[in-house]
Amino acid sequence: MLKAIVTVMLKKGIFDPQGRAVQNGLDSIGFDQVKKVRVGKQLEMDLEMTDMATAEASVHDMCDKMLANPVVESYSFEIKEA
Amino acid sequence: MNWGVLLFPGSNCAEDCFHAVDKILGKPVKYLWHKDTDLGDVDAIIIPGGFSYGDHLRPGAIAHLSPAMTAVKEFAAKGGLVIGICNGFQILTESRMLPGSLLQNRGLKFLCQDQTLQVDNADTPFTSEYASGDVVVFPIAHNEGNYYAAPDTIAEMEANGQILFRYCNPEGEVSDGTNPNGSLNGIAGIINRTGNVVGMMPHPERSADSVLGLSDGKGVFVSMLKHLEAKHG
Repeated sequence: MLKAIVTVMLKKGIFDPQGRAVQNGLDSIGFDQVKKVRVGKQLEMDLEMTDMATAEASVHDMCDKMLANPVVESYSFEIKEA
Repeated sequence: MNWGVLLFPGSNCAEDCFHAVDKILGKPVKYLWHKDTDLGDVDAIIIPGGFSYGDHLRPGAIAHLSPAMTAVKEFAAKGGLVIGICNGFQILTESRMLPGSLLQNRGLKFLCQDQTLQVDNADTPFTSEYASGDVVVFPIAHNEGNYYAAPDTIAEMEANGQILFRYCNPEGEVSDGTNPNGSLNGIAGIINRTGNVVGMMPHPERSADSVLGLSDGKGVFVSMLKHLEAKHG
């Protein structure tokens, strides 16, 4: 078994109102050193696969077809032994 | 002339759309199911609003992979009229049948209000009942209605007259202050390059029956009907 951890973020340059709200919240409790927050999502997937290269190709395909919307999002992932 | 309203698990505006065709236009209409691979004999398809698949992952992200959407794409490729309203618009952008994407409202609030809109292009099968520059009122009800597309895509759409509706004030002025959700250029509704697929966040079906207090939206359905009648003789 392999585990894939996919991170999906809004593309650079696209305003993230949620990140701004989190930054304002941190600021209000004294963490004024935080100058920017971006909120994304992480997906953890257990893969019934053993070959790393095949798994990478599959996860790329999943991201392109469904997990991320390339118009507004970018993605990255790591795959490790479960 | 048959109309179809496409149903997903979580669609919640389908009956309003059905009512607009059945009772306001008085035309035959049927529900289509998201698992259908054959949509049968339809001349126009409405993809209604709601929360298809609970809006999980992204609004429309799972719905656009449904078997029926493959059939909708084929229908549109042959020139069939398709309109996606609210979640229907999100499904059409996820399927790449329309450019851009709908992001979370910039104010982070679900917006539920009557909204003034300016008709930007009245020369389409969906807006011919209006005049360009008309100010109309349709309800909006969404959390992800903040239209975004890359700058060159926006410029191309503007040059091609692909913007159908923009958020404005009652005087018809479009500015950042009249923009409820942060959409680029105040965009509330768009059409594809070939002029047969529309997506819009405001709800014409909720403003199609004067008994509900608003009737400006009726024009969208009447425009479509007149286009179909002209096409079919």
